[in-house]
Amino acid sequence: MGLEEKLPGGVLLASVEKLAGLGRKSSLWPVTFGLACCAIEMMGTGAARYDLARFGMEVFRASPRQADLMIVAGRVSQKMAPVLRQIYDQMAEPKWVLAMGVCASSGGMFNNYAIVQGVDHVVPVDMYLPGCPPRPEMLMDAIMKLHRKIQTGPVNGKLDRTEIGESPYPKPIEVATAQSALPEGSLDLRTLSVNDRKRFRMPADAPLPVGRGAVEPAALDARRPAAVAPPSVFGRRKALPVLGQPETTGRLDDLFDAGAIDAAPTDDVHGQGGGPTTEDLG
Amino acid sequence: MSELVPNGVAGRRHDAFGAKGSGDTSGFGGLVAPAPVLGSSERPFGDDAADGVYDALERAFPGLDDAIERVVYAHGELTLYVGREQLLAVGRTLRDDPALRFELLSSLSGADYPDDPTGRRLHSVVHLASLTHRRRIRVEVSVTAEDPVMPSLTGLWPTADWHERETYDFFGIIYEGHHALTRIMMPDDWVGHPQRKDYPLGGIPVEYKGAQVPPPEKRRSYS
Amino acid sequence: MTTDTHTGPGAGPYEAGFTESGANRVYTVTGGDWEQVLGSGEEGAERIVVNMGPQHPSTHGVLRLVLDIEGETVRQTRLVIGYLHTGIEKSCEYRTWTQGVTFLTRADYLSPLFTETAYCLSVERLLGVTDQVPERATVIRVLVMELQRISSHLVGLATSGMELGATTAMIVGFREREKVLDILEMITGLRMNHAFVRPGGLAQDLPDGAEAAIMEFLVDMPGRIKEYHRLLTGQPIWRNRLIDVNYLDAASCLALGITGPILRSAGLPWDLRKTMPYCGYETYEFDVPTATEADSFARYLVRLEEMGESLKIIEQCLDKLSKLGPGPVMVADKKIAWPAQLSIGSDGMGNSLDHIRKIMGTSMEALIHHFKLVTEGFRVPPGQVYTAIEGPRGELGVHVVSDGGTKPFRVHVRDPSFVNLQAVPAMTEGGQVGDVIVAVASVDPVLGGVDR
Repeated sequence: MGLEEKLPGGVLLASVEKLAGLGRKSSLWPVTFGLACCAIEMMGTGAARYDLARFGMEVFRASPRQADLMIVAGRVSQKMAPVLRQIYDQMAEPKWVLAMGVCASSGGMFNNYAIVQGVDHVVPVDMYLPGCPPRPEMLMDAIMKLHRKIQTGPVNGKLDRTEIGESPYPKPIEVATAQSALPEGSLDLRTLSVNDRKRFRMPADAPLPVGRGAVEPAALDARRPAAVAPPSVFGRRKALPVLGQPETTGRLDDLFDAGAIDAAPTDDVHGQGGGPTTEDLG
Repeated sequence: MSELVPNGVAGRRHDAFGAKGSGDTSGFGGLVAPAPVLGSSERPFGDDAADGVYDALERAFPGLDDAIERVVYAHGELTLYVGREQLLAVGRTLRDDPALRFELLSSLSGADYPDDPTGRRLHSVVHLASLTHRRRIRVEVSVTAEDPVMPSLTGLWPTADWHERETYDFFGIIYEGHHALTRIMMPDDWVGHPQRKDYPLGGIPVEYKGAQVPPPEKRRSYS
Repeated sequence: MTTDTHTGPGAGPYEAGFTESGANRVYTVTGGDWEQVLGSGEEGAERIVVNMGPQHPSTHGVLRLVLDIEGETVRQTRLVIGYLHTGIEKSCEYRTWTQGVTFLTRADYLSPLFTETAYCLSVERLLGVTDQVPERATVIRVLVMELQRISSHLVGLATSGMELGATTAMIVGFREREKVLDILEMITGLRMNHAFVRPGGLAQDLPDGAEAAIMEFLVDMPGRIKEYHRLLTGQPIWRNRLIDVNYLDAASCLALGITGPILRSAGLPWDLRKTMPYCGYETYEFDVPTATEADSFARYLVRLEEMGESLKIIEQCLDKLSKLGPGPVMVADKKIAWPAQLSIGSDGMGNSLDHIRKIMGTSMEALIHHFKLVTEGFRVPPGQVYTAIEGPRGELGVHVVSDGGTKPFRVHVRDPSFVNLQAVPAMTEGGQVGDVIVAVASVDPVLGGVDR
């Protein structure tokens, strides 16, 4: 505020980033990419009751060259995927993609040969909106969240998108299995994902592959899920301290005696000596 | 009449509880199930409309017994199983004879019966509707997967055009005489005929909270 | 100015002739084989192939039109569909009979209750419980179907208007549709793709306040229909674009398998609700609007009139419901009836606490039925059945084949839009490019049903 006090009245100072963001988000023009049922809800959102015109978005540009936002509304079939990519390529930078509905986000209820299981296999997506179909209010909520992302985003408009396979969150299965100190081979690997299975086949002292999702077991103790704040979509926010979480660093070693866990499983989980077994039944 | 086939032989043999496979949970081991046999409904069907249609067809089409393999009357509907050689002749009679007058071809689709006892697993199912007499009839033609050729009904009912293309796309039934038999729903270079029973559903496993949910065709089924 | 044309020296067949006008030499490029290439040799003939691709604001969905145009006249129209193919029919073979409803409902997403009802009528015929479906369930099925017919015609009207440039029609149509969607949301829980009609009856009964809301809607709607007439019917641009355009007479309609408002606009009053009644439609008094001009304007008028007739039917449904009084909406056979009674709890909609108390506390049979029906589903005796109902676009038929198991063996939907789209080449060839949009709009296809 120091500099602005010295300027004549009526002058505002801001960064180019913020102004560009404001300009971009205030009149995002969607390209008509309504495919199926979600398209009808999108039309309903543009209609009189849930008015998209208040966001400057009522002009659904037919030509992708004049549009900024592609709302993929509906299920994308194998035949339509190249068309989708072509329309996306024809849009001029900066451009954003909103996957509306579960079919666009992940294939939805149609887990079969005909539907692309999520348009992020074809175009990079900035906002996923679940729902089947999502209500107009939900679509507006997603659009407003996208507005905030655009407003706080970089000046070239390219948002930090989560690539497939990377996630800032540690997977719960990683947390649980790393803290459990189970010996190798005791987990049923069939229910784990491919990436996890690969990791657990590696020898115990092998370094884990580095990526945004790879987590060292020792580091997990400090990385309780609530303490990991993802980059906030709402701009900078104070990271609040997490209250009430127990201290777990180092405590696990006292509780578990890894040597006491036998290689061979036994019914005697409490270590109290066995009761009658089936052999006693004769 | 019906052959007795030991349980566990390939095919859909059921025990009393409907479980597939050997299914014999009795421990008895001697459960045998009758093999499916394709039978015809007996005349008269008991329904005036169906009887009227069949009588009119017999009058109008001499040699009906050679053309029609079976007739089934069930749930108020008449189904004629016609051989592919006489399909066009029977169809013309159905459309033009004044007592029959099935002007509208409602639907033409396919069905894949891998356990069809005659070996002709691909069925083309035609639903005809008569606006004059306000009734419906079903005509079914079977072909094998190795020789899936059938005459096209587009000469009689032009509306069969897209229906036949769709059935070709999904089942591989080739309609001879169709002016442009190409894929209509799948991309033009797709390999395979998706709605056949030996074509997989094609789902992928879904990961959720570290566990994987298998696609619908691979899930465990208790029935 | 000299105008004699003469070829240059050493000319072959591909040398251009030229005229000398003053200091300039003007070449005349004619002859050669251009006439053969273009085929007709007409003056000014220019034949191009235009692709109105699957992504287009005016093709009513992901429909691709390949137009062979000569000037402004369309010589050949080819439609390419399949851009929305979802494999619904094959997916149904891997789900139980009740879960099939949730898939089929998304085929024709503007009239989902119609597809659900046709499927459930087929399954009930295979089960043999058609007589056991309670009359209250049948009347409510008719009620929601007619409400959805109104909403579907409204979308047809709105999108036709938008495609032709009358954007007010879009806003006005969707405004009324929101009212219908509010009522359907109150009854079924969802605005679209309600899996409400189940084999054996309905998912649940009408909630309190639904009948009052419907009556309010009935009071409101006739005035709105008059508003559409005032907005569009007399409007010169609308009339010029729609009258005498896309003519298709009754014989051609039947040859092409067209049913619905297009057939009725050609003079043939074929409406399955009257000619092959189902769901008790023979007990309702309503007319079948028919026109004879067989052009796009007639189809538009037929759709508006049908909305009025639907309002009459809805009123009669409400009368019947008040006469019938409260009652079950599912078959009494516990081995088929959908067991869960749902209600809104503190965390949303779920099993009602009464139902849970009953199955956990009182009745073991109810618990077993609930478990078996929800996980495995009921078994349907083997056979095949084709049931056709009158959807907003025409004859909507569902062909169901059962092999005696808990999952359908084959489900095929005869979607009216799929068949009606075959009429577009017949309607448009020889006409003008602008009329192609009008043709597709007057056929009113829903590409979800076309491609399934």
